[in-house]
Amino acid sequence: MFSGSSPFSDYVDATFLTIVGISLLVFLGLLIAMVYFIIHYSRKKNPHPTDIEGNIPLELTWTIIPLILFMGMFYIGWRGYLLEQIVPDNAFPIKVTAQMWKWTFEYPNGVRVDTLYVPVNAPIKCTLHSLDVNHSFFIPSFRIKKDVIPNRENVMWFKTPRVASFDIACAEYCGLEHSYMYTKVVAMDTTTFEHWYKDVSTKQSKPYQSFVNNVIQSN
Amino acid sequence: MTTAATVADTVPDFYHEKTRFKGIFGWIFSTDHKRIGLLYLFAVITFFLVGMILGVLMRLEMLTPENTIVTPQTYNTFFTLHGIIMIFLVVIPAFPAVFGNFLLPLMIGAKDVFFPRLNLLSWWLFIAGGTLALVSIFLPGGAADTGWTFYVPYSIRSNTNIIPALMAAFILGFSSILTGLNFITTIHRMRAPGMTWFKMPLFVWSLYSTAWVQILATPIIGITLLLVVIERLFGVGIFDPTLGGDPVLYQHLFWMYSHPAVYIIILPAMGVVSDIIPVFARRTIFGYKFIAYSSIAIAAVGSLVWAHHMFTVGMSNTGMFIFSLLTFIVAIPSAIKVFNWVATLYKGSIQLEVPLLFMLAFIMQFSIGGLTGLMLGALSVNIHVTDTYFVVGHFHYVMFGGTGFALFGALYYWFPKMFGRMYIKRPAFIGWLLMTVGFNILYFPMLILGYMGMPRRYYHYLPQFETLHRIATVGSWIMVIGIIILIVNLIVSLKKGKKAPANPWGAATLEWTVSSPPPTENFHEIPVVTTGPYDYSNITQSVEETR
Repeated sequence: MFSGSSPFSDYVDATFLTIVGISLLVFLGLLIAMVYFIIHYSRKKNPHPTDIEGNIPLELTWTIIPLILFMGMFYIGWRGYLLEQIVPDNAFPIKVTAQMWKWTFEYPNGVRVDTLYVPVNAPIKCTLHSLDVNHSFFIPSFRIKKDVIPNRENVMWFKTPRVASFDIACAEYCGLEHSYMYTKVVAMDTTTFEHWYKDVSTKQSKPYQSFVNNVIQSN
Repeated sequence: MTTAATVADTVPDFYHEKTRFKGIFGWIFSTDHKRIGLLYLFAVITFFLVGMILGVLMRLEMLTPENTIVTPQTYNTFFTLHGIIMIFLVVIPAFPAVFGNFLLPLMIGAKDVFFPRLNLLSWWLFIAGGTLALVSIFLPGGAADTGWTFYVPYSIRSNTNIIPALMAAFILGFSSILTGLNFITTIHRMRAPGMTWFKMPLFVWSLYSTAWVQILATPIIGITLLLVVIERLFGVGIFDPTLGGDPVLYQHLFWMYSHPAVYIIILPAMGVVSDIIPVFARRTIFGYKFIAYSSIAIAAVGSLVWAHHMFTVGMSNTGMFIFSLLTFIVAIPSAIKVFNWVATLYKGSIQLEVPLLFMLAFIMQFSIGGLTGLMLGALSVNIHVTDTYFVVGHFHYVMFGGTGFALFGALYYWFPKMFGRMYIKRPAFIGWLLMTVGFNILYFPMLILGYMGMPRRYYHYLPQFETLHRIATVGSWIMVIGIIILIVNLIVSLKKGKKAPANPWGAATLEWTVSSPPPTENFHEIPVVTTGPYDYSNITQSVEETR
């Protein structure tokens, strides 16, 4: 579940687990207090209740402490988001086109494939286009997602340190075969990628599935 | 609580009032708020059962990664209808229309709402909208398959019956607006002498803040859905990108209503929790004013957070910053409420009756819903989990684990007042236990699935998700058994339940000062209110009758 497949994934996981940790403490605190009160102040044990209208210092405490915690959560979430926003200048550009119900990836040299081949450790910049309805470009392992909306060019970037292949899913409902709109991002070491890129350019837009399968197996 | 005498036994209860029409017409043309409330109750429960069956079928389909019982197209209509029915026909009207109608005049010492005939009109609009939604399923073309969100451009391209479904939601919106209008006027104009703002039960406070949201936000969805209809019919090009329109504009307008709608759904449920806990703890509510004001704060700030549903559409950084920040801010009044509810148990004299058990389940499940909301509010995490099962789990914890459980708890709590009978206790407890256990087995795995990357609205899924999907499906069976026990129990109790006294729980709000069920015009003489809604010092509970 926590794979370390991209710089974002570490950051997002850390942010998530921090909030989960705080939430767990609060939740357990509430649960323990509730169960304790129910047992300790049951009608049998405590037939005469005490009316307490409220307590201003206590109210302020449980307003201000959550406020501080929430602002902290907001801040770490915002920081992580900014990381994902700033696209490095040297990022390798790939045009991603979504349509019902498939993905097409177009490289600077004009090659089009249905699986996203990328070099490892290099920033990749995806410009997202839709030919029909809304889709969403989602790479769960990288913890990133961006909607693909007709008439609007969204941008998303990533890089991965791992030579492996990862799922790409469509996350915005787009009709009948929405749930089959899966493909893969295949990260290859730099020389293999360059070899593939040159090779695929000369042979036009063949998917080269068998070639890539060999690459994945050899890793 | 009042100095006025309760109504003499000779006055007939509202089931036996003289009406202009006979039989069923005495109900569907009645302007009595109690009858209208019960009409809503039966409609809402019916719609709930339809929505629940769709939900169970969806979970059954999710038992295996590929085809289990239905085709992808059928599955897509299932989640669309499940959403439309549960949102527009169940959780939105559940509290304002059912319990608000039945209880608001009773709670503030009025004979009816301010506009009784408008009230009846709003029920008819509700039935018209609900019927249209159900009819659209069977019209040629097939049921809508866009998801309850009707996102453009898919909702413009789909060949299914989108227009009837949109018109249904449009009509239902008017029903909701009229109810809100009625409640605001009623609360301002019809409170009994001595019923000052801070002597009102907190449920009334929550209805008041909800009513403002209903009036101010609902017109936005009305016009938005109408614009989609116009686009489909005439190809105008407001949202349609092929005509130069902007699909993101649709999403903004949609959520500008549909996020505040979340607060229409949850605020009155919070009000019910605030009213029921003190009764069974037999002590005053902790932090009355903080709970009352936090309702208003939630309604106000909650109207400004809508774009947090859209963090991946490609908004400006300014937009992202503001909407994330406000999302965290709106969590604070909710947290205040939760702390005050738990504090209300402190030094009480707690009697663990079934309504209270539902409220306790509400607090824990709503907390999980709220805490997962914090995870969703954090931008970087949101981008990963939005449009996944994490969101599905999160909002079911709020909508069902929160509002749904409050609804069933409220039903048990006010059942004696509504029907004059007590429910049967043992099956009520067993039903609650199965519902709570089943609910958590059903929805907690969804949170994990979502973080693992399982997108929502998926007919088919990858093999690594199978185990958790299976666990969730088993949970749905357990929960449904609990719900069936609950429904059967209530039906049997209508006939076999013990006769309910006026005040079986020893509560201090005004509705318990009149007989069960209440007489036709509620109060023989308008009461004069001298004590607060949670002052139990002068209340004697009719214990022998509830044992």
